[in-house]
Amino acid sequence: MSRVEEYVDVVVVGAGHAGCEAALASARLGLRTVMFTVSVDSIALMPCNPNIGGSSKGHLVREIDALGGEMGKNIDRTFIQSKMLNRSKGPAVHSLRAQADKSDYSRSMRRVLERTEHLMIKQQEVTELIVEEGVLTGVKTYSGAVYHCRAAVLCTGTYLKARCIYGEVSVHTGPNGLQAANYLTESLKSNGVSMYRFKTGTPARIAKKSIDFSKMEEQKGDERIVPFSFTTDPETVQKEQVSCWLTYTNETTHEIIRSNLDRSPLFSGMIEGTGPRYCPSIEDKVVKFADKDRHQVFIEPEGIHTDEMYIGGMSSSLPEDVQLAMYRSVPGLEHAEIVRNAYAIEYDCIDARQLTLSLEFRSIKGLFSAGQFNGSSGYEEAAAQGLIAGINAAQKVLGREPLILDRSEAYIGVLIDDLVTKENHEPYRMMTSRAEYRLLLRQDNADLRLTKKGYEIGLIDEDRYKRLLWKEQKIREESDRVEHTHIGASPVVQECLRRQGSTPLKTSATLAELIRRPELCYGMLSEIDEARPSLPVEIGEEVNINIKYAGYLQRQRKQVEQFKKMERKKIPADLDYDAVPSLRIEARQKLKQYQPSSIGQASRIAGVSPADVSVLLVYLSSGMHKK
Amino acid sequence: MYIEQDTIAAISTAVSQSGIGIVRISGPEAVEIADRVYRSKGGAKKLCEQPTHTIHYGFVVDGDETIDEVLVMLMRAPRSFTAEDTVEINCHGGPCAMRRVLDAVLKHGARPAGPGEFTKRAFLNGRIDLSRAEAVMDVIQAQNEYALQCSVSQLQGSVYEAIKGLRGRILYQTAFIESALDDPEHISLDGYAGQLKEEAEALHGDLQRLIASADNGRLLREGIRTVILGRPNAGKSSLLNALVGEERAIVTEIAGTTRDVLEETINLGGITLKVIDTAGIRSTEDVVEQIGVARALQKAKEADLLLYVADGSSLPDENDRRILGLLGGRRAILLLNKSDLDLVVTPEQLRELTGNQYPVITVSAKEHTGMDQLVDTLKELFYQGELSFNDEVCITNARQKAALISADESIRRVLESIVLGLPEDFYSIDLMGAYEALGEITGEAVGEDLVNEIFGRFCMGK
Repeated sequence: MSRVEEYVDVVVVGAGHAGCEAALASARLGLRTVMFTVSVDSIALMPCNPNIGGSSKGHLVREIDALGGEMGKNIDRTFIQSKMLNRSKGPAVHSLRAQADKSDYSRSMRRVLERTEHLMIKQQEVTELIVEEGVLTGVKTYSGAVYHCRAAVLCTGTYLKARCIYGEVSVHTGPNGLQAANYLTESLKSNGVSMYRFKTGTPARIAKKSIDFSKMEEQKGDERIVPFSFTTDPETVQKEQVSCWLTYTNETTHEIIRSNLDRSPLFSGMIEGTGPRYCPSIEDKVVKFADKDRHQVFIEPEGIHTDEMYIGGMSSSLPEDVQLAMYRSVPGLEHAEIVRNAYAIEYDCIDARQLTLSLEFRSIKGLFSAGQFNGSSGYEEAAAQGLIAGINAAQKVLGREPLILDRSEAYIGVLIDDLVTKENHEPYRMMTSRAEYRLLLRQDNADLRLTKKGYEIGLIDEDRYKRLLWKEQKIREESDRVEHTHIGASPVVQECLRRQGSTPLKTSATLAELIRRPELCYGMLSEIDEARPSLPVEIGEEVNINIKYAGYLQRQRKQVEQFKKMERKKIPADLDYDAVPSLRIEARQKLKQYQPSSIGQASRIAGVSPADVSVLLVYLSSGMHKK
Repeated sequence: MYIEQDTIAAISTAVSQSGIGIVRISGPEAVEIADRVYRSKGGAKKLCEQPTHTIHYGFVVDGDETIDEVLVMLMRAPRSFTAEDTVEINCHGGPCAMRRVLDAVLKHGARPAGPGEFTKRAFLNGRIDLSRAEAVMDVIQAQNEYALQCSVSQLQGSVYEAIKGLRGRILYQTAFIESALDDPEHISLDGYAGQLKEEAEALHGDLQRLIASADNGRLLREGIRTVILGRPNAGKSSLLNALVGEERAIVTEIAGTTRDVLEETINLGGITLKVIDTAGIRSTEDVVEQIGVARALQKAKEADLLLYVADGSSLPDENDRRILGLLGGRRAILLLNKSDLDLVVTPEQLRELTGNQYPVITVSAKEHTGMDQLVDTLKELFYQGELSFNDEVCITNARQKAALISADESIRRVLESIVLGLPEDFYSIDLMGAYEALGEITGEAVGEDLVNEIFGRFCMGK
């Protein structure tokens, strides 16, 4: 029987947020890339919340952008509302979040993919991996076509053996009723990959015309919009925005839920997957936080071309009739008409500890994976991994070193290190508290941290790199100037200080000393800083942060030095842990199973004690393993 | 060469009541730190100006106060045990002074050495032959086990509880801040700084009290851990009373009176013993007594020295045989008690029964006879080096105190940040610092604690 048989460099399975970044990275690096999806119409689909960014996720988007990924640019093209969250808090936790027009987002990303050289999109379900002696050599599709490749990236999202559930209704589909991928799991298992089953959920979508917004609080976007991408000119994104709305559940809502709990598939045991704690269904919230008399409900538009509204805060898997009653008990939703029911979705994913830090399977060379397939959750987490997996698949084919970001360089580094090192029982979400060096890993300096790496890989062009170097230089010069500019106690200065609520000067002070005062900042002092050059706002912002928080930043840099020392001590991939004397049994098992790449990574594995780490260090420096 | 950036210190000899001991400092700042606590007789000598491998007479001082008269040995890198700059302070004033010398060194910039850390550094710096790597690894692992055992078992129960309580409070505050940062639209921090200030002040006060008790040595139970064992009514409590010299344990003629474990620190002939009286060991139906017996068995396992009290007025029974089984290979002294009554067992019989492994002394706990002999036997064991009051106790105390101080510093930084009006995300960085430092004392790593607390306590998102 004849069949289609093709030879390509990189295969990407899936066209969600991970798949898009992976395919773009690989193709942009010049490799012949094929991206498979079960539906070309669902490229870059946002099946849950209609926004990109948010606390810590906004950081990820900025980092993706700095490395040459697409997500930031795409949301800048298609957002309908934008907000910088946590503005009143420290610069490390400022986080950008934008409401997306979902269909625009999807269409715009599709156009980018279609116009990318070396990239082909195919609507086909990949059903089988071809692995020869531990090396991935190709994939097979449902139709029997074979694509030989030198590397592949699995980004199957929530589609593997997906099942959507609400009440007694259970359908074997992916999100939004899309076709599930039912075969790949078996192929993975037969290649020795161990699988988990995770669960997540989404709230109902309600018709806008059935909502009474007069009973809700309006939530507007920021007056001055900050774009995600460092390449987007801020002036081009100042546009009219759409509002979101805030309302609350009440005792009636909670009573409806409580009296129907026995009909919830979660409580009846029909759902077996593990759900995320940070994104609980409304029935979870009512049970777990029984003392709260109300929960917030955010009504967010799904786009400007549709009337569907996303009901944030009320995801559920209760039966249809209970859903309707429960939503209608909320002020403003009394006459709500549901367009799409809320549902829970279960899917197969992997224990990501089978991967190395480059997101390659330890036991299947050339096979990479990213996104929800790796047990994460969220569009941004998926895109971040997709970018790294795509880059590393390409690097592998090109015979280059993989790109590995560590915990002190990027949230992406924290995300991937956590996924491949720590035990994870629920879909993993990024949080700023997971980043131990977060004062250094800010969204405002993502370009300063990562653009150079993107340039070295080949995803950032010469022009952009030069602009970065210019910015770095200007920040240095201006910081230096501010440290050495003395301000005398002149009447003009005293008057300015008084007006800003600050104490007058006794003797002269440097500008930097004034900036360090809690009530002042770089921007407030422009009128008494006569020699100030005209610079872009972002440069002033960096100067301000570097000076104002110098003590804290210095402390974190010191911690990073310590951290790097341990990360630099590499463990050979073929180390025989059975030959290491004095390791405790538990540590030996864990180390054998997860094969950390450095002493630092080893120290983060649960069950490996500091003494075990010391033992390992002594063993490696003794040279015993080389005999 | 493997160069560490910090300087470590520990008492590097066994601590005995009357002996001379050495506090060792190793690392790039060793000489500098030593200079901060050292004063020569004339007061003018600086160690940093002295040649390597020289010995200097003088004093260790803390501010104006002289702690001990000492000899200081200076060994510069690489010609020292660790191949780092090393200073060894020979102290003369006994364990208490030695501990204070260590305290002073730690206060002036050194960090308490981790288990096996001197050995580890010596090895990594090439001072120990590669062929001995295996032995080095054993030392690290063994000392770590011992340190863990010490830090938890020697921590006063109440102190352990107090630290756990503090950790819980700190974690709660951090989780609150973090949940608000992660989900600012659901959780607000308005007015929170004032609230946290109160809590941080309370935490600061509690930590100060704990640090003070570390100074008084009340954090740890120190001494040779000595456990009195015997079947019910063999006279264990009477023995403890005889040793302590006061009525401490309730003594009656009803077997099974001591239902729990009693503890007393005593000094016999210059040796500090931490004596633990236990419930008599026998099979029993009484639930409370069963618990006492279980504890006694546990204490016996942890002990440095066992004192087995045999009732000489009756023949050994199955309970005695069970206890004798516990002795196997351990340091023990057998006491043939009730010499005031007619003995039906002779010392020779008892000695034979235990394979002639242990010294046997005939005593009457009631009449306080035979006590001198017990003290002599103890001294013999002690000075022959068979028993030592392990230095790990001191270093454990030092490590724990250092951790308390570090936790307190973090809390003070939180207060400072609040006063300065820094944003809330700065508070949680230092709160977590305090949480981690306290975790070093209770032997708990941070892991996913914060994330679990956030999800467990606060209702988040979507």
